[in-house]
Amino acid sequence: MGNKQTIFTAQQLDAYQVSQEKLLFHRYRDLAPQLVPLDYTNQPDVRLPYELIGSMPELKDNPFRQRIAEVFSEDGEGNMTLDDFLDMFSVLSEMAPRDLKAYYAFKIYDFNNDDFICKSDLEKTLNKLTRNELTEDEVRMVCEKVMDEADLDNDGRLSLEDFQHMIVRAPDFLSTFHIRI
Amino acid sequence: MAARSVSFDADAHFMETGVESPLDEDRVHDSFTQLIHEQSRDLSHTETMEMNSFDLEEETRDDFPSLSCADSCAGVPEEAELTDPLVETCWSTATLRVLSSMPSRTIGRSRGAILSQYYNRTMQMCRRRQSRPSIRSFSRSARPSICGYRVETDAANFDREENKRERLVNNLQNLSENDRVRMLRAIPLSLHEKRELRLSALRKPGRSFSRNEIPCCSQLKYYIIIAFRHSWYSWLSFLSSLQLWQTALKRVSGRFGTGVLSYFVFLRTLLFFNVFLLLVLCLFLVVPQAVRPPSLSASPHLYGLELLTGAGYFADSVMYYGYYSNYTLTKACNGARNQTSCGFHLSYNMPLAYFFTIGAAFFITCIILVYSMSKSFGQSFRIDRSKGLLAMKVFCSWDFKVTKKSSVRLQRENISIQLKELVAEVNRKEVKSSLLQRLSAFSIQLLAWTICVGSTAGCAYAIYCFSEYMHKDLQIRVRSSSNTKESLLLKEASLLALPVAVSSINLLLPGFFNTVAWMEEYDSPSKRNYVAIFRNLMLKVSLLGVLCYHWLGRVALEPKSVGLECWESFVGQELYRFLLMDFIFTSLDTFFGEFLWRLFSQRVLKKERKPVFDIARNVLELIYGQTIAWLGLLFTPLLPVVQVIKLLFLFYMKKTSLMRNCQAPRKPWRASQMTTFFITLLCFPSFLGAAVCVTYTMWTIKPSASCGPFQGLNTMFQAGKKWVEQLAKDNPRLTWLTWAHTYLVENPFFLFLAAGIFLIVIYFHSQVVDGQRKIIELLQEQIENEGEDKKFLITRLQTIHEQKRPFSPRRVRGASQLGLSRGNMWTI
Repeated sequence: MGNKQTIFTAQQLDAYQVSQEKLLFHRYRDLAPQLVPLDYTNQPDVRLPYELIGSMPELKDNPFRQRIAEVFSEDGEGNMTLDDFLDMFSVLSEMAPRDLKAYYAFKIYDFNNDDFICKSDLEKTLNKLTRNELTEDEVRMVCEKVMDEADLDNDGRLSLEDFQHMIVRAPDFLSTFHIRI
Repeated sequence: MAARSVSFDADAHFMETGVESPLDEDRVHDSFTQLIHEQSRDLSHTETMEMNSFDLEEETRDDFPSLSCADSCAGVPEEAELTDPLVETCWSTATLRVLSSMPSRTIGRSRGAILSQYYNRTMQMCRRRQSRPSIRSFSRSARPSICGYRVETDAANFDREENKRERLVNNLQNLSENDRVRMLRAIPLSLHEKRELRLSALRKPGRSFSRNEIPCCSQLKYYIIIAFRHSWYSWLSFLSSLQLWQTALKRVSGRFGTGVLSYFVFLRTLLFFNVFLLLVLCLFLVVPQAVRPPSLSASPHLYGLELLTGAGYFADSVMYYGYYSNYTLTKACNGARNQTSCGFHLSYNMPLAYFFTIGAAFFITCIILVYSMSKSFGQSFRIDRSKGLLAMKVFCSWDFKVTKKSSVRLQRENISIQLKELVAEVNRKEVKSSLLQRLSAFSIQLLAWTICVGSTAGCAYAIYCFSEYMHKDLQIRVRSSSNTKESLLLKEASLLALPVAVSSINLLLPGFFNTVAWMEEYDSPSKRNYVAIFRNLMLKVSLLGVLCYHWLGRVALEPKSVGLECWESFVGQELYRFLLMDFIFTSLDTFFGEFLWRLFSQRVLKKERKPVFDIARNVLELIYGQTIAWLGLLFTPLLPVVQVIKLLFLFYMKKTSLMRNCQAPRKPWRASQMTTFFITLLCFPSFLGAAVCVTYTMWTIKPSASCGPFQGLNTMFQAGKKWVEQLAKDNPRLTWLTWAHTYLVENPFFLFLAAGIFLIVIYFHSQVVDGQRKIIELLQEQIENEGEDKKFLITRLQTIHEQKRPFSPRRVRGASQLGLSRGNMWTI
């Protein structure tokens, strides 16, 4: 029994694949100390509401914070368990592989969750990026040009493949899609 | 809220038509084959009628004709524009079903698809380890181009999700530990599911620890491995919490973004290099010599300028070359010099240690630099960079690290400006500027370049003359040999003149270059960056070149004329002075350039604009300082200490000034490409130049006859040769060593051969990259062709389908509108 216990803990650490697992747990707990217990060995079902997650200093002013929380939460509404929280920061850390980051970035930018980035998703992304600095015409032009450039199989929307193909050509993606904790 | 309503809609649609996406693909594929059969047979009236009633039923049950953009078709079904034929035109149900189950639309959609995709990847990894599979094992399919595609196309193989999971777990088991970890890390599922996959992969029988009859020694080994892994994880987490300046860097990146962060990360990297050099040199040179101080007639006079000039009190200390002895240090035992009565005999050959330590330090630094350069090059180099700029800007330019509200606002503005510029550029028609305009632009650039190159050459010549003048001045002072305190003080102070001159040129001239560059026009901001960096680099390289000539060509050749017993110590002191002056001038620049400028612009000019942190210039300053530190290693083994202290001070000073006085840069800064570029600059002109100088000194210049570890030899290099000869004499079996030494190390032919092979390897790799670029172009064309094929087939299918139905298109549209109005009830 003791044998199995050590295996599990070592594997638990391994599976978390995050070198700052303890730090993240304490950050999670700091958001709501009365809800989150210190002892996680029997894996309690604790879920922090989106308002708490969105008030973290790293996410507070990020225009995509709601989408990030929705993508990584189990229920799709932004309420995160500890696993979701760790998942989120491990994907957004320096060590996550490029394909994994591209997959989640695709899901973040896909506002209507249909596994494609269509024109309306693009427009919403642009609006979040620029917050009404661009005129309607400019937004439309940018969307058209982006579709032209990135849509390889010409079906009018970006699939995961198109997105990943474009990300491969952008060396800055790894450094910008990164949150420091 | 809108997102949820659409997804609900999609689910409703699928539930209505009884198709639950990828899990029910058998039925869909059946319907597809059924359709093809129906088209190829001769149609009888009854069949037509059956199909028609079937279709009408299907269509009234439809919610909406198009797949997921529900609003695009509502109310305007007449618009059958072929701009986006697969999205906006109204298709029939059967076509829609076929469209929805296309392989490109099911990848990544559901857990089942992810599992099957990764099953195929693990399968490929397992297959790679085995020998080539026989031809018989390839499945025959009607579309030969999809043999070996990632998604299974054989309809019979579509299992339920649990089966897929089983098979993925089986595959994971068969991989090695590293591969399994890597594969698990890359799977885009939640941590919970990954943990389950991993546990089931490990829990399967076949692992030795699940059996009961484990011999006790392997159980012990197992415990040790577990304990080791546990302690390794705790050590890693301790290390990461200890990471130097983690919070400071986070604050900088939160406010200023990745570009400015790269300067501070570069500073930290240089700090680690210098700490490493410090440890090596201290351990092997300074400590042994400090424990056994040589008997020198030290007469320390404290002038008060010691810290600046490095001479005087420090001249005969362990800091400089002259302190080190040229004999083998032995441990004196019990005061008696009689070695036979010693119990523990310890000898340390100082000249050899000096030679090999410096050589090893340079060699290891070279390897680390080349490794980090190639790693960062691999991350940032992309073969085809010409297309897709706008898409990359939209998706990849938002820096998630930025957290401060005002910086977020600034980033928004920056991105908007860049997007506007890019759109304008893309839209701008190719205006062929007239010959006159092009000529004038070219002549302005030529003028700017002439000014810059001319001023660089002028400054280099000025430094050459000035150094000659100072040299003569020193000779005169030495010859006058008056020993008054004043004249000695003046002599020490005059040594500071050259460093001050060089540092002030380094400070002022890049500003002048930037002013000159204002009048030029460049195509892109990155080109402007590169030109500015190149001009600055040219200035620094030429100044350092002139200085090296001055030290190695003038001072080293006739040291007696300036009254030097030990020219190496003098050169070491010079380098110390240069390093220190560089630091002082950088601080002055920070103070005046940023702090006072901000005060001036806010109080006097009444503008809100703060000065911008010039990343390129600051990084080049760092590289210049590091070059001097590397040059001085041979002459001043303690110079890394000075460099470490300087870098520590510089970090805090620059960070404080940045936070208070500067604003984030407005121009785009490609951080990863620039980092690669700076590491390349650190490796090529900087490190290579220093290594060449040091090698030249060691190989050709005669060391001083009365000080240092190489006194009496013709060149420093002879220390190694003497040792090899001594070894060969003592041990006749090692004569091949002398032979190897003479022909391999001394003979330059071997070096040329090695350089030639290196160049051939580089050429080969560049040809491979070229070939890959061509292949990428061909494959992109192929992708476009496949897209066209797909469109063609779908439209063909649709037209054939429509031809069979006797209903007019208007009635079809009426039916679909009926379906639409029904469908709208489902929308929330």
